[in-house]
Amino acid sequence: MTDTLLEIDRLSVDYETARGDLKALRDISFDIRKGEIVGIVGESGCGKSTLISSILRLTAPNTRFRQGEVRFKGEDLLQLPERKMRDLRGSDISIVFQDPMQTHNPVLSIGQQMLDIQHRSKASKAEKRARAAQMLGAVGIPDPEARLDQFPHEFSGGMRQRIAIAMALMSEPDLLIADEPTTALDATLEVQIIERLQELQQQFDCAILFISHHLGVIAELCDRVVVMYAGAVVESGEVREIFHDPKHPYTRRLIDCDPGHIKERARVLPTIPGEVPDLANLPGGCIFRDRCDQAMPRCASQVPPLAKLKEGHHAACWLNHEEAAE
Amino acid sequence: MTLLDVKNLKTSYGPVNVLAGVSFAVEPGETYALVGESGSGKTTVIRAIAGMAPAQEGSVKFDGQEIRGASERTLRPLRKDIAMMFQDPVGSLSPRLTIRSLITEPYRIQGMKDRDLDAEARRLLEMVNLPSHFADRYPYQLSGGQARRVGVARALALEPKLILADEPTAGLDVSVQGELLNLMNDLRERLGLAMVIITHNLNVVRHVADRMGILYLGRLVEEGSTEAVFHDPRHPYTRCLLSANPEPDPDARLERIALKGEPPSLLKRPSGCEFRERCPFAQEICTQTPQWEVDNGHGLRCLAPLHQGRAA
Repeated sequence: MTDTLLEIDRLSVDYETARGDLKALRDISFDIRKGEIVGIVGESGCGKSTLISSILRLTAPNTRFRQGEVRFKGEDLLQLPERKMRDLRGSDISIVFQDPMQTHNPVLSIGQQMLDIQHRSKASKAEKRARAAQMLGAVGIPDPEARLDQFPHEFSGGMRQRIAIAMALMSEPDLLIADEPTTALDATLEVQIIERLQELQQQFDCAILFISHHLGVIAELCDRVVVMYAGAVVESGEVREIFHDPKHPYTRRLIDCDPGHIKERARVLPTIPGEVPDLANLPGGCIFRDRCDQAMPRCASQVPPLAKLKEGHHAACWLNHEEAAE
Repeated sequence: MTLLDVKNLKTSYGPVNVLAGVSFAVEPGETYALVGESGSGKTTVIRAIAGMAPAQEGSVKFDGQEIRGASERTLRPLRKDIAMMFQDPVGSLSPRLTIRSLITEPYRIQGMKDRDLDAEARRLLEMVNLPSHFADRYPYQLSGGQARRVGVARALALEPKLILADEPTAGLDVSVQGELLNLMNDLRERLGLAMVIITHNLNVVRHVADRMGILYLGRLVEEGSTEAVFHDPRHPYTRCLLSANPEPDPDARLERIALKGEPPSLLKRPSGCEFRERCPFAQEICTQTPQWEVDNGHGLRCLAPLHQGRAA
């Protein structure tokens, strides 16, 4: 497809540790088209953060790329010289981090920080300042011109996150990575941020890779969803397919667990018993087998491939095998 | 008899008026949820109850005894009956103590040294569904959910009558969150505990709380049975909070009521109704100060309350 912006192709990433190689990502494949919002959902330890740092190549020193490619506009980022990679970060690909309290430098004014990140631009200082004020206005900070001279502690958490979004969008990137941008915020502010992101996405026409463990936010914001479990993609598809017709037992259980759709008071809330497998010592077969209530003998011996069920809907589960057989 | 009776509790840090008169009561065995945004004073309320934050005015009665401003000497024996669960599960556990030392620390503090602490540690771990070999682990070896359960075990050690839980599920994955809530529900039933839970997660409140209070700028604006508040929210702020709850369904087009702006500064409290400037339903009358009124167990501080079924 020509309008594909980012393609993750069979990416496997290990961390070398004293206990042996920790298989943090295994055979990850999905893509993001131009102007699309793709959500990655998964619980702690599923590899969401490793995936982001691999895309940006901001990985820890003990990271080993075992196989696969991260193609951005057709070019494999993993092969790019570091100098070129630096040019991409913050201009073509930018990121909004989880904790709005810690992303800004506390001793510089917001205006100064917004000027600093325009270091590539040839515009005059006054122009850069005007651009900064304009971006603050775009994310809904009232009286932006005056607030440029204020420091991070003078803004609330919700405002700081919106400022982080303004800074990330300033270079009009093609891809915005948002790493749990609403997790540290109250529900009312969370909603404000999501709505703001939707507006800005229209306005700037950028693609968004939105990482979250909050299913409600993913359902509301995203066009497509990638579900990760223990370092692998278990299902991916259009947002409606994922939420209305999930094909992997993990996706199904995860949605069942969300208390948001249990309207009456429940005596016992659904859970997923068991633990995520040890990534340094993976069991054979399906990674979700131990916690799955539909596991079959086959699941113990053979790893289910991420199979195409229909156009744009993939799942890695033997239950769908007949459906997937072509 | 009412187990915990908080009346007109006020806390200021210098000019910052954090609690502007909070009143609520908890009966034995009841779970009460305090809900509000960051900065609404939730944490200060339970810290003030436990004597860990100052409270300049008002009254906190536990089992009929006034404990506001009580000395540490008076409070210490009471802490057998009032346990805390802190917000940060790993941060609230000393990194250099084993889980055994951590969960049996309350016995040592209360001078109950004659107990078989090993046996108590095993009993407590079993109660929160952790294997007994966890007694030898250190906090860094635990996942977030396991650390939470250690927090529960420690709170339960002295068989309290009341647990004060600050955001007990914040930062947990949904599958683990359900586990913890089930555990808390189960223990509450078996041990007849009363709880005050603080949270901004309304999905959690619905499943654990018998009654709830909505806190805004250090004042309750609405209070009632959980069912009544969810099905018939009368205060516009409550309605906004309920509607700001994204559902795991892409077709659930919520009739979302946008909350304008951000909470005002506590240094510049608005006149009249303090929610007026952000309220989508504000009317002229709202420039007057609303009083707390209780109708059939449903408390409200609003001059222009919403009615059930009124289009949002």
